[in-house]
Amino acid sequence: MQAYIPPEFEVVRDVRLCTNCRLCERQCANEVHKYSAELKIMTANSDKCVNCHRCVTVCPTHALKITKNPDAYRYNANWSAQTMNEVYRQAETGGVLLSSMGNPTQNPVYFDKILVNASQVTNPPIDPLREPMETVVYLGKKDVELKRDINGRLIDNLPPQLKLRVPVMFSAMSYGSISYNAHEALARAAEELGTFYNTGEGGLHRDFYKYGKNTIVQVASGRFGVHAEYLSAAAAIEIKMGQGAKPGIGGHLPGMKISDEVSKTRMIPKGIDAISPAPHHDIYSIEDLRQLIYAIKETTGYSKPVIVKVAAVHNVAAIASGIARSGADMIALDGFRGGTGAAPTRIRNNVGIPIELALAQVDERLRQEGIRDSVSIIAGGSVRSSADVVKAIALGADACYIGTAALLALGCHLCRSCHTGKCNWGIATQREDLVARLDPTEGSKRLVNLITAWEHEIQEMMGGMGINSIEALKGNRLMLRGVGLNETELKILGIRHAGESM
Amino acid sequence: MYFNDLNLKTAPLEGEVKIPSGCAVSAIIDRAGNKMTGKKIIRSIATMHDRSNGLGGGFAGYGIYPDYKEYYAFHLFYDNFHAKKETEDFLIQHFEVAYSAEMKTRKNVSIQNEPVIYRYFLYPLSKRLANSLLDEERYVVKCVNKINAEINGAFVFSSGKNMGIFKGVGYPEDIGRFYLLDEEYEGYCWTAHGRYPTNTPGWWGGAHPFGLLDYSIVHNGEISSYDANRRYIEMFGYKCSLQTDTEVITYIIDYLLRVKKLTLNEVAKVISASFWSTIEEKSDEEQRQETFLRKAFPSLLVTGPFSIIFGFTGGIMALNDRLKLRSMVCAEKGDIAYVSSEECGIRAVEPELDKIFSPAGGEPVIYTLKNGGAE
Repeated sequence: MQAYIPPEFEVVRDVRLCTNCRLCERQCANEVHKYSAELKIMTANSDKCVNCHRCVTVCPTHALKITKNPDAYRYNANWSAQTMNEVYRQAETGGVLLSSMGNPTQNPVYFDKILVNASQVTNPPIDPLREPMETVVYLGKKDVELKRDINGRLIDNLPPQLKLRVPVMFSAMSYGSISYNAHEALARAAEELGTFYNTGEGGLHRDFYKYGKNTIVQVASGRFGVHAEYLSAAAAIEIKMGQGAKPGIGGHLPGMKISDEVSKTRMIPKGIDAISPAPHHDIYSIEDLRQLIYAIKETTGYSKPVIVKVAAVHNVAAIASGIARSGADMIALDGFRGGTGAAPTRIRNNVGIPIELALAQVDERLRQEGIRDSVSIIAGGSVRSSADVVKAIALGADACYIGTAALLALGCHLCRSCHTGKCNWGIATQREDLVARLDPTEGSKRLVNLITAWEHEIQEMMGGMGINSIEALKGNRLMLRGVGLNETELKILGIRHAGESM
Repeated sequence: MYFNDLNLKTAPLEGEVKIPSGCAVSAIIDRAGNKMTGKKIIRSIATMHDRSNGLGGGFAGYGIYPDYKEYYAFHLFYDNFHAKKETEDFLIQHFEVAYSAEMKTRKNVSIQNEPVIYRYFLYPLSKRLANSLLDEERYVVKCVNKINAEINGAFVFSSGKNMGIFKGVGYPEDIGRFYLLDEEYEGYCWTAHGRYPTNTPGWWGGAHPFGLLDYSIVHNGEISSYDANRRYIEMFGYKCSLQTDTEVITYIIDYLLRVKKLTLNEVAKVISASFWSTIEEKSDEEQRQETFLRKAFPSLLVTGPFSIIFGFTGGIMALNDRLKLRSMVCAEKGDIAYVSSEECGIRAVEPELDKIFSPAGGEPVIYTLKNGGAE
């Protein structure tokens, strides 16, 4: 059917600078650029452009820029161009709209409305360049009865813990949704950083078993790639009950991204959409979850912590409390801005709640019930900077998951077209020529740089607060103040407004 | 010292806001168990006059009530006689009252606006205690908390056996003389505190030491981990109503010692944990123990500057924060051991010492009675 939608972007080429080298043409998987032999110039089909900035970045003469198409519908405060285009698209196709990456709409970002404290006069700030500044955390259950041996020494009877050198882990991104090289970069970076990456629901490629001690493997509703060896290879196992980008539905991997290797790793047919069910069909209630947790623990001889990941939804505090009482060692909370390789647009943009509110409520509820020690809390969706990490930890998180930020480090420019499988950056694609663009060695280096930079920034902020160990920041909400938040929001976050004293 | 009535009425009350304080601390213990009056401890803390600003001072004395050593000695502040009546009705319902009288004090010009101060020696009524299904100590703590939380104008500021806390608004040396500590009391151990709050409602209950049964804490510092510690410890039934560092540290120590049954040294390794890099250099066994404690009790790590003297029946523990951001000196002369914010606080009472040292950050110094008991 005829498309009623004008191109969203306009490819602007400065012909004075363009040398017709045709690099843009070779780099664009969307086939935007084309050399016109007749006119002897490069032409562009803006219709196909997703604004991934690959051509802009690689153009040796900086002849290219992508702008928002200035062409505009008649102004309407109710009907935005986006909304109108979506109607046209659905009228053409009759389908559910698909989107990628996190919710881009203008809902409040609470992290941006929270400010951090610093020491002045009555206690000294601590200088991380001159004093130790500890960012190590151990995740896992802490609620054990102390036991001593016959010599009176304490016995370490804690259930298995994950030791993180920095309280940041790479969140679940499956092999399939992202490329082999992206996975390799994440795995190697996690190893070097002393943290963990997460397989998502895509199984674990044979080549990556060697990174097992820095790998969290996921068991999701589709059970793709799950077998005893997979569980045993990991440092921890995550049961994915939900995802912030798409609470209440399962995963969706478009068939075109299911290559031979992906098919083998996931143990599913090649080329056919892999759609994992909305629920786990063996978990229709909390007691069923407990059975799966213990089934996994039995399989792995109680040697690995089990994480339960849930999307931040309205009743998340009570749900988390149930999970904490069901044998889970950690709860991963995923906020409504969390990323995804593919999700129905309506779900992504309208379902779930902000991570800041969910985290604050879960932490507070677990404390009210006296069971905060029985689980660690990992917050994600969306943690964008070291400041977000500091705020999340002060709100009550033990550690954070980052997904989008990690992909940005690998080159992603947030064009939000992962579901098309044509990622020009070699990240969210399985096309071999595209995947080859992402060098795992360089990618891993970029990830290590990013987290190292964040570690320094976290240390600076901690030092400013006079805190020299991240443990003393956890749940330390007096270190936070809200700006421009109403009383209900402050109450939910458990923080005071800026200007209110200690 | 100038008191402005307007300030007293408009400034927020202790517990309504968190008030940072600088301070002086001091302690003297005779490890042979010989008794001394409060004279020396007053002189010690008076030497550090400039570390206080007249807005709080106090003492804890151990072994001072030998005649009533089986009884819980309650010290109470009353704002008015109505609060006293209400409290005494409560006490009679829950305790056998062996003795009750107004605290002996001596008026002095530097001490003003003092509340009504009473002392009681109490023992839980056996039937009440049995019906409560609590052990004796928990029963007493619960009663103390109930009075402090529910009876307006009444505040229990000391509740241990054979020990007592004496405190108020003023310079510590004036407070000490106000309570006649240099004449009326003899104990084997004394601790003292001079407070330098950045603002204050001038509330007597807000002065230090902070006590919980026979535990007392004097503290100098402003901890940066406060809310992390508070929110954690409140999971276990403690209520940090005063919002002071001293209060939360007392509860942490109580929880680790009484509930978790850790040793004093282990408690120190939780509160003022060695840095990971330091732990790595220790023996395998120490590594195992300290790593375990840090893994098990991460939320009880206390950061930011502090020096504390923790008093208990039979001893004291002095402890600095892990970076030693507050001064604290220890010294010994024969059986007598001293702890003080500054060396002058020790030299003023004992110029000739066998040994004097500054404990490293996070290294506890524990002095206990040689015979192990209180008497």
